Amino acid sequence: MHELSLAQNIVEIVHQHVPTPDLPKVRAVDVLVGAASGVVADSLAFSYSAIVSGTPLASSSMKIEHIPYRVHCRSCGLTSDHDDGLRICPACGSMETTVVSGTELRVQAIELAEEDR
Amino acid sequence: MTVGIVTVERKVLEKNDALAAQNREAFRRSKLFVVNLVSSPGSGKTSLVERTLDHLRGRLSVAVIEGDVQTDLDAQRVAKFGVPVVQIVTNGGCHLDAKLVQDAAQNLPLDGVKVLIIENVGNLVCPANYDLGEDVKVVVASTTEGDDKPLKYPAMFRNASVLIINKTDLVPYVNCNLAELKANALKINPSLTIIETSCTTGTGIAEWCGWMENKAKGISQKSEEATNP
Repeated sequence: MHELSLAQNIVEIVHQHVPTPDLPKVRAVDVLVGAASGVVADSLAFSYSAIVSGTPLASSSMKIEHIPYRVHCRSCGLTSDHDDGLRICPACGSMETTVVSGTELRVQAIELAEEDR
Repeated sequence: MTVGIVTVERKVLEKNDALAAQNREAFRRSKLFVVNLVSSPGSGKTSLVERTLDHLRGRLSVAVIEGDVQTDLDAQRVAKFGVPVVQIVTNGGCHLDAKLVQDAAQNLPLDGVKVLIIENVGNLVCPANYDLGEDVKVVVASTTEGDDKPLKYPAMFRNASVLIINKTDLVPYVNCNLAELKANALKINPSLTIIETSCTTGTGIAEWCGWMENKAKGISQKSEEATNP
C-alpha cells in the first residue's frame, strides 16, 4: 500500500507546476497508470482526494488513464494486450516478446479552470 | 469558464529515481556489486544472507543493509558474522526507498567491500516499484508459498534478474510443483536466472554465491579497465 506516498509525490508535482494563487483553479490532474505499474488506480485516486481535502487543491480530482500491458511477439509479429502480466504470445506461444507499454506511472497534465474574457 | 492545460509529463517516482541514480553512481565509484533482495515475509531472505556470509567468509567482503518494519533482530543475526551491517527500521513503511538506502550506506564502512546486500522489507508488492540504485533485484520465493506466486504478484518477478527458489528441502511436504513454479516465473519474465536453494541443507548456496562472485569480479575488472585503458 504505497499509493498514499505516490499521491503525495503527485501533489508535490502539481505545486511545482502551478503558482500558489492558482491552486484553487486546478480541476483535474491527468495521470497515466500502466497495468504493470504495480499501482492500484482506485487507491491512488482515493489517496489523492484524501490528501487534498481541506487544501487549496480540494476541488481537484485525479483523472486516470489506464495503459494496457502490451507485448510484441518477435517470432510472429503479433502485438497483444496482457493485463495478467504474461509475456507469452497468444497466437504462436512464443516467449520471445518485447514489452511495448504498461509500466507507465506519470503525471501527464494539469487542467486549470480559466475565466472567460 | 474554459479549461487550460498545463503539460507536465513527469514520472511520479522521479524523486526516488533521481536519488537511486545518485546511489548507483556512488556504488559504481566504490566498485560495489549491489543486490536488492526482495520477497514476501518468511521466505528465508535473512537465512540466505546468513548462509551467503558463511560461504563467502574469507573469499569476498560483503556488507549488509537490513530493512524491516520494526526491530533490529535481523541486523543482530547478520552482525554475528562480523560484517558491516546497518538496520533500517521503516516504522510501518512497506518498502525501502532510495533515500533510506542513501542514508544507511553513509553509516557503513565500505572500504574493501565488494558486495552490498540490501535486504528489503518482506513484501511482494511495494518494493517492486522502488529503485534503490542496485545492480540487480533478486527475488526469493520459497516452496512453502506454493507455485502460483509469480502469477499473483507479477511485478516483483518482472523487475527481478534472479529468482531464488528457497526451502527446496520441503518440496516433499508442501503443495508446490517446482517445474510449475519455474514455468510460471518465466511466463512473467523469460530472462530470469533461476537458482534453487535450501538454507537448511545448504543445497544451491555454492551456486548462488558463485553467481554473485562472478558478478562482483566483473565489476572490479570493468573499473580497472576504466582506469587503465
